[in-house]
Amino acid sequence: MSDSFEPVLIGFTCNWCSYRAADLAGTARVKYPPNIRLLRLMCSGRLDPTFVLKALASGADGVLITGCHPGECHYLEQNYKALRRYLLLRRMLAQMGIEPERVKLVWASAAEGVKLAQEITDMVEEIRALGPLNWPQRHNGAALHADEKAVKEGTA
Amino acid sequence: MSANGKPKFAMYWAAGCGGCEIAVLNIHEKILDVDANFEVVFWPVAMDAKYQDVEAMPDGSITLTLFDGGIRNSENEMIARLLRRKSQILVAFGACACQGGIPGLANLSTPESLFAAVYDGISTDSQGVRPQAVWQVPEGELHIPEFYPTLKTLAQVVPVDYFMPGCPPEPHQIAAVVDLVIQALHGQAELPPPGSTIGAGYSTVCDECQRARSVKHIRAFERIQHLNHIDPALCLLEQGLPCNGPATRSGCGALCPLAGAPCIGCYGPAEGVLDCGARLLSAFASVVDGSTPEEIERCLDGIPDPAGQVYRFSLANSLLGGGKAAGDDEEAEQELSYEAAYHD
Repeated sequence: MSDSFEPVLIGFTCNWCSYRAADLAGTARVKYPPNIRLLRLMCSGRLDPTFVLKALASGADGVLITGCHPGECHYLEQNYKALRRYLLLRRMLAQMGIEPERVKLVWASAAEGVKLAQEITDMVEEIRALGPLNWPQRHNGAALHADEKAVKEGTA
Repeated sequence: MSANGKPKFAMYWAAGCGGCEIAVLNIHEKILDVDANFEVVFWPVAMDAKYQDVEAMPDGSITLTLFDGGIRNSENEMIARLLRRKSQILVAFGACACQGGIPGLANLSTPESLFAAVYDGISTDSQGVRPQAVWQVPEGELHIPEFYPTLKTLAQVVPVDYFMPGCPPEPHQIAAVVDLVIQALHGQAELPPPGSTIGAGYSTVCDECQRARSVKHIRAFERIQHLNHIDPALCLLEQGLPCNGPATRSGCGALCPLAGAPCIGCYGPAEGVLDCGARLLSAFASVVDGSTPEEIERCLDGIPDPAGQVYRFSLANSLLGGGKAAGDDEEAEQELSYEAAYHD
């Protein structure tokens, strides 16, 4: 592995808390590495595990899932669903040979910009130490084809 | 068209158990319609055939080819390419050809660990022996098909016209497809657009299941042999049995759940589902009754093999496609073959 490896992380944020935490980190000039690409969902409960698998299969080295603290979900209890899905997904990813550090779940309220920036910084460094995931691409021919079809039909 | 004017039919058994071949005979007297309307030119299970005979046929001369089983070795791939060239309509027939099926679960393991399980296990006295693609004997050189690092679906190797899922496809669905093709040949019906899934529904197995569903909260997942009593009218998932119905394509009539056994997912992902396993994972985890990691983990212990549960028939066609180690083996092999091609 060369020294110039820059991990690519995909981060899923919740509209009501962690996205605002990231926003707060920005307005407060708190720095975090540019390796993460943040995507906003309305809720961590919207996170279909498909998104995580697709990110890893398409070249991401890690995925960070973020949501409101337990008990503080804007939609009452969807973050508990996110937690349950994450715990089962983690067991399955281990069977596939993916290190547990590569997919993480973090709670961050809208006030925790500094905490979120620190979590992102830590995760980027952990994955930099692990090295690239380099998911084998040959698996994906048919799946990507099916994906295009789903996009055309508006079912993706 | 053949000398007797009938369109030609072929069927091939690749990496699978052969149950699909039997399923075709399960259409009972409808098989006479197949015989009346088609000339069977290649069907190794049913009649003697040589690959050279197929090679000698003009391209596109076989009207309908049913291909069951996945692509596990170089022979499977060679025949897939050959039949693609010779066929007008190529159907991926059954779970293995469509989604990888049970043999696709081997994509979680490397070929070496598969060989170790088969050749070094307690059932064999051939410890350390491994199949060799090429072997020298006094009479000359012997070749057997090369074992690939992973199992691929038919569509990952050649373009496929139609997908017909099921392990095996249900006889009434096969009969309906046979009828449709015969009508289309006589200009009385139109075939669906290429790439379609045929002989199956568009919704999920849950949609066809008569069991009652209410609020779902699962305290513990159980294996079926550990349950003392199964309520005949209540959703199996609500009774703690991981049932693959929520993300599996309909078309079977929910046979398994209605007989008291959880759906195992043989019809593959429902229409619009990109990754069957991810959806099932979501369905199972969402109903777990527990809000702390400890409570949730205790409940999830009831699913000892999550990948095998949610991808039982669809691993080879999933987003990740299998384990990392087997995929890395395949990439290394591809690089070798590119290098070999370069040096040639």
